[in-house]
Amino acid sequence: MEAATNSTPVDYLPILLQMLVAVGFGVTTIIGTHLIGPKLRTENKLSSFESGIEVIGNARQPVSIKYFMVAILFVIFDVEVIFMYPWAVNFRSLGMEGLIEMFIFMGLLLLGFIYVIKKRALEWD
Amino acid sequence: MSLFYFVAFLSIFFSLMVIITKNPVHSVLYLVITFFTFTVHYVLLNAQFLAVVNFIVYMGAIMVLFLFVLMLLNLNKETEPMKSVLIKVIGAVAGMCLLVTVAGSIRAMEVSDPLILKNPDIGLVSSLGKVLFNEFLLPFEISSLLLLTAMVGAVLLAKKEQKSI
Amino acid sequence: MEAIFIIEKLVLIVVVFVLTLVIAMYSTLAERKVAGFMQDRKGPDRAGPFGILQPLADGGKFFFKEEIIPAGAHKGLFIAGPTIAIITACISSAVIPWGQSLQIGGRTVELQVADVNVGVLYIFGVIALGVYGIMLGGWASNNKFSLMGAIRAASQSISYEVAMGLSIIALLMVTQTLSLKEIVAQQEGFVNWNIWVQPLGFIIFMTCAFAECNRVPFDLPECETELVGGYHTEYSSMKLGLYMFSEYINMFVSSAVMSTLYFGGYNFPFMYDLGLSQNWITVIGVLVFFLKIFAFIFFFMWIRWTLPRFRYDQLMNLGWKILIPLAIANIVLTGVITLIKDTYW
Repeated sequence: MEAATNSTPVDYLPILLQMLVAVGFGVTTIIGTHLIGPKLRTENKLSSFESGIEVIGNARQPVSIKYFMVAILFVIFDVEVIFMYPWAVNFRSLGMEGLIEMFIFMGLLLLGFIYVIKKRALEWD
Repeated sequence: MSLFYFVAFLSIFFSLMVIITKNPVHSVLYLVITFFTFTVHYVLLNAQFLAVVNFIVYMGAIMVLFLFVLMLLNLNKETEPMKSVLIKVIGAVAGMCLLVTVAGSIRAMEVSDPLILKNPDIGLVSSLGKVLFNEFLLPFEISSLLLLTAMVGAVLLAKKEQKSI
Repeated sequence: MEAIFIIEKLVLIVVVFVLTLVIAMYSTLAERKVAGFMQDRKGPDRAGPFGILQPLADGGKFFFKEEIIPAGAHKGLFIAGPTIAIITACISSAVIPWGQSLQIGGRTVELQVADVNVGVLYIFGVIALGVYGIMLGGWASNNKFSLMGAIRAASQSISYEVAMGLSIIALLMVTQTLSLKEIVAQQEGFVNWNIWVQPLGFIIFMTCAFAECNRVPFDLPECETELVGGYHTEYSSMKLGLYMFSEYINMFVSSAVMSTLYFGGYNFPFMYDLGLSQNWITVIGVLVFFLKIFAFIFFFMWIRWTLPRFRYDQLMNLGWKILIPLAIANIVLTGVITLIKDTYW
């Protein structure tokens, strides 16, 4: 495992460079298309598209609470998965003890997951 | 060192923007950028795992949750709930408390030597795992209880019990 | 930190960037050609021989179309949406090892933009950011179809991210490292490919990759028959182009990630037995890697014209109730088997 040393912040410099290139490309394209394209605005053209039916009200209505449920479960599971990365990388050296420790951790969360499913919080009907 | 001051300036600037802007969606986006500057801080400290965790959990998960919540609320309401005087007073008191705490902690803090990590690899994933699963095993297992509580709480809040037919 | 290092990396970045864009452009043509082939027709064949100039014509047309920002839209975020989408799509390829190293004039040039210690997680982080582009664009449009599509896209992508992360854990238990370079280096030859030890993990990962790319059968965010165009209903000109482009780039990058993680990346059978010099091995390795990527891209398209779309509840059930338990079972299985093998072999 000691082979993974000598990892320093300098490793991240190329990522920064690539980010700069990507931002440059994105911004140039947006500006370019803004300059090149024709501009002929009419009121009808600028109204939102609703399959030809008159627009009623505003689109930004509150959405269903189910999406919120999915999002919050996602955050919880994401944190769980994050906890598992250091374990997975050290899996062999931690051996049986590590496996049992992780099973306890996962078991507790699975308990919660079963609760969520039993409560039908993820049903889409 | 100058790099640190530059990134620190950016973090403070964007976190100020979070509270200055009126539009909540803008606030969320500025918060995302603030978290990104934190990620850069972690990378500069060579805490690579923490950096990427900050990237994934805060920028990728929690802020998405915030955006969801914003979409859940009705943002068009011109009639934003009027802030009553009581709330303003409470806000001022809370802010003062925070200020006192920060001032106190700064006074109690000693100026240490420029931080030199004895082991530069301490922030890498494998070293972190070894520490987490030996010395900090109990807090780790307890954190799963915390997550369990959060899960149950979310279900209880979001899901109304079906009336028995 | 010498200047030559930065120049070397910049050249590599630009080459990868251009390659990504060209492949994304020609994926659009390939998609239509594959569609034509599957449906027993020719596909585009007017622009140049075999329609080879079609992507250029399409790209040019995108630039010369009028850009329309709807009256009710939030202007800043409306523009920011596609920009964020293309930026996140373009930076995700930074940690992929395209090949081994080349010896050029006594210098060893690594064919990887950034060899970071947490490569796998970096890709995850960038994928997670991809949600913002879609969500902001859909919300800013002030269109009911767009908002619906954006929210569907976001919750679909976050649901499948969990299963994806769990399937990767099982792989990491085998590889014991997060660095993509080391993961590929371990899969030397043919029998060491991770697909042989993690077949279930690969299937879960691939399903999630399809969902993350919003490809059929997971294309609910933009299904034409229900939501007109989904989150990009109101978009026109190159802004729409950028959204589509970022989708094809995502497809390319996820193909690259799948071949890196499970199919040995640039490794090919008998690579050290043929008596080739290092540079030749690298060059052939890069070609082999791209062959694998193209095979995956073709697979993406094949699926698109084969399977129908899921219903939304089916999609959520698949993500939460099938893939996540399956991924956890895979972790348990991998852990137990590896430990038994370690103690008794």
